[in-house]
Amino acid sequence: MNRRNFIRISTLSAGGAMLGTIGISGAKGPSLLDRLSGNVHPDESRYLRTPTYCEICFWKCAGWVYKNDQGEIWKIIGNENDPHCNGRLCPRGTGGVGMYYDQDRLKTPLIRTGPKGKQEFRRASWDEALDYVAKKLDFIGKKYGPETVALITHGSGGKLFTTLMKAYGSDSIAGPSYAQCKGPREAAFGLTFGAGLESPEPTDIRDTRCLVLIGSHLGENMHNTQVQEMADAIDRGATIITVDPRFSTVASKSKFWLPIKPATDIALLLAWTNVIISNGWYDKDYVEKYTSGFDKLKEYIKPFTAEWAYGITTLNPNMIRDTAREMANASPAVIIHPGRHVTWYGDDTQRSRAIAILNALLGSWGRRGGFYLPELKEIPEYPHPPFPPVSKSWRDILGDQYPFADLPLANAIVDGSIPGHLKDFQYRGWIVNGSNLNMTMPDTRKTLEAIQQLDLLVVIDTMPMEITGWADVILPECTYLERYDVLRNDHNREPVIALRMPATEPKYDTKPDWWIAKELAIKMGLGKYFDWKSFDEFLDYKLKRMGSSLEEMKKIGVKKYERTSGDLYFSADNPPSFDTPSGKIELYSDQLEQAGFDPLPRYTPHEEPPEGYYRLNYGRTQSHTFSRTSNNPNLSAIMPENLVWVNPKIAANWQLKDGQEVWLKNQDGAITSFPAKVRITERIRWDSVYIVHGFGHTNPLLTRAYGKGVSDSALITKVLVDPVMGGTGMRGNFVTFLTENPDKEVKA
Amino acid sequence: MRFAMAIDTQKCVGCSDCVVACQTENAVPIGYCRDWIVEVNDGTYPQLEMEIRSERCNQCSNSPCVRCCPTAASHYDYGGIVLVTQHKCIGCGACIASCPYDARYTHPKGYVDKCTFCVHRVKEGLPPACVAVCPTKCLYFGDTDDPRSEISLVLKKRKYKRLIPEAGTNPNLYFLI
Repeated sequence: MNRRNFIRISTLSAGGAMLGTIGISGAKGPSLLDRLSGNVHPDESRYLRTPTYCEICFWKCAGWVYKNDQGEIWKIIGNENDPHCNGRLCPRGTGGVGMYYDQDRLKTPLIRTGPKGKQEFRRASWDEALDYVAKKLDFIGKKYGPETVALITHGSGGKLFTTLMKAYGSDSIAGPSYAQCKGPREAAFGLTFGAGLESPEPTDIRDTRCLVLIGSHLGENMHNTQVQEMADAIDRGATIITVDPRFSTVASKSKFWLPIKPATDIALLLAWTNVIISNGWYDKDYVEKYTSGFDKLKEYIKPFTAEWAYGITTLNPNMIRDTAREMANASPAVIIHPGRHVTWYGDDTQRSRAIAILNALLGSWGRRGGFYLPELKEIPEYPHPPFPPVSKSWRDILGDQYPFADLPLANAIVDGSIPGHLKDFQYRGWIVNGSNLNMTMPDTRKTLEAIQQLDLLVVIDTMPMEITGWADVILPECTYLERYDVLRNDHNREPVIALRMPATEPKYDTKPDWWIAKELAIKMGLGKYFDWKSFDEFLDYKLKRMGSSLEEMKKIGVKKYERTSGDLYFSADNPPSFDTPSGKIELYSDQLEQAGFDPLPRYTPHEEPPEGYYRLNYGRTQSHTFSRTSNNPNLSAIMPENLVWVNPKIAANWQLKDGQEVWLKNQDGAITSFPAKVRITERIRWDSVYIVHGFGHTNPLLTRAYGKGVSDSALITKVLVDPVMGGTGMRGNFVTFLTENPDKEVKA
Repeated sequence: MRFAMAIDTQKCVGCSDCVVACQTENAVPIGYCRDWIVEVNDGTYPQLEMEIRSERCNQCSNSPCVRCCPTAASHYDYGGIVLVTQHKCIGCGACIASCPYDARYTHPKGYVDKCTFCVHRVKEGLPPACVAVCPTKCLYFGDTDDPRSEISLVLKKRKYKRLIPEAGTNPNLYFLI
């Protein structure tokens, strides 16, 4: 990569004029030395700044939006008091200004005039668009029942649409963040420790002595706090062990990189468990006091030696033993990181269970440098009438499938919208907020098949996306820089809340989510669930009951609270307790056994790529979030397209040149809509290729992102569904190269 | 006073936050940049090494760009920072040609532009925008003439290299290795 990659067309310019207007202010508080070192965040309070928290990704870092002397949004700087970012946003958060300035934004409500999938819409007023939605929802509710309408959401506005859905009578409210991302680990840690991990994960990287990453490319995924704490860990000399078939960024910073053969992670985890148990390296006191099923595990694990795993994983047995010893030496200050996007091969809950078991053996749960015990602030509800009963809940609709799904599955909503998939149920309408399902869900063709059966598809978004092309009604929300939202409240080392308030008026004819939800509710006769005059009042009501106020939060942005649940780690003050049936950490899972699943994780060989095909691996990059930022002017300038990573030996076989355009075709004949450029690199194995997720947009209204790179979602036609909790495993697809244009019609 | 920057290549993940923060802070037009990321790979799978660097103008103490500027637009300023006086710059590009680090570009408005170490912030006692934003804290900025400054201390403690030292430019960017 060289800097030419960053040199792109110019769109956004305020000129260099603002530099001349900055005056000199007296240095207060921290010394010049501290300030220059960057340890103290600058106080630039003479500028007009308003608090926000970021909406570019789920980490939701709090920050300040600064305006320049012309009153225009200038920059966003992290809130120094926020544990999600410690005053340092990631490139996406810093580039959040581009979301506001993007001239391709949705600008007005739209109602479909042409057939689905064709971008033919007419402008509508908000009144007309909301009337349309309300009438259609009323029709579906009367004809099929309100439970046949689902909400699929990713983002802060989802909370308000959730209220609307519950008031309407449906609880099919899914985030792809569950079954397409972190669901398996939530189920696995829930089964093992009696608690999921949620977000941000309570990994105590700050104090760890050994961090083990399995297919988790921390530093390429910018989970801000974790990246910051990992950098501190590098400074402290902590050991990092990275398991990845690709030489990831963090692999290059690791003491040990284990270049594992893809799809064999469980074999490695079992071998580590074997080495740790057979050498007596586990935390005996912890295991004896707090776990159940150790004897069964000890017996079960005997055959899975490092030599056994060698033949499967291609990893040298000595390396397996050395890394196991490294973990044991650091115990309990060791983290076998649970990862975040863990829907890979369909046995993901079992792999996550193996990770949970290893953490338990090393005594890291509830211990300094392992997993801390997070705390969440309770936010009082704004009073509203009780929600009506749901005549058929998402769990009833699933029936006996996926017994350990603890949240609704977006993929089950897609499946359940296709006639005949479920015996006596079919979804009839979707409200989709901030989630471009055509790229979010694997197997784009199936998503489209489902969409075409719907009586109503409402899309609420800031940008024209692939999904908006299929909508019946598009409701343009304003960006996070232009609106209030619900308070951010995620569990952390200390309870902490953050405020988002508008830095400026909404551009174009766009509206905040709270306004859309409330006005739609009023039209549906459900206004009593949104019984506040303004969102200021809604927020102030809550904040006043939490020892703060909207006025205070506007000044500070972030408020921390004292812990009330005891110490951050297990102690006399916070004694270990586990919300499992046995009250212990369940190494052997009776719950899984009773449901007909393996009570201890088992390695199952997965399908291998046929000759001439390569496993499709995908991942994240630091400057983009999913497909939602590909058109952001600031961020697309950093990375405008994804490249196909190919090992030089494979490239030589195919006579591929660096930068050459290729189309990818998968094992089922699915071909990418566009070509992508080849990146020939030693950083990838011979048996796989790698692309960054979120590119290959087919909507021409995205003037920067259209036709740039390829979409992995279109190539993931084989979905390996996890029978335990319904997660969609997406890494069982194989692709080959087409060097000639396949003349495939580009579908909008 | 001699301002300098140290970049810890052990910690830099190449996220480009420095690039985006510089763009917004300094209103660098989209499509141009004053700082950038370099990734250097070595070896054959699986025996690999990679270095990632955040790069920018080296603020050389012996700057070819200052020497070859026909109008004295390029000059040494506060603490040795090399700056371009926009209204004096005729956009001839001699400095761009002379820079061994490819650190300069022609702004759409016609003058040559480059990293200023955020001198407007430094004069106020604030670190450059890239330093303030870096999530891995891999950038150190300060005065190398002051032996007590953080950057002096880190340079004493750590091994470092400078880029193209043979060019004789005496650069003030230090890459911790």
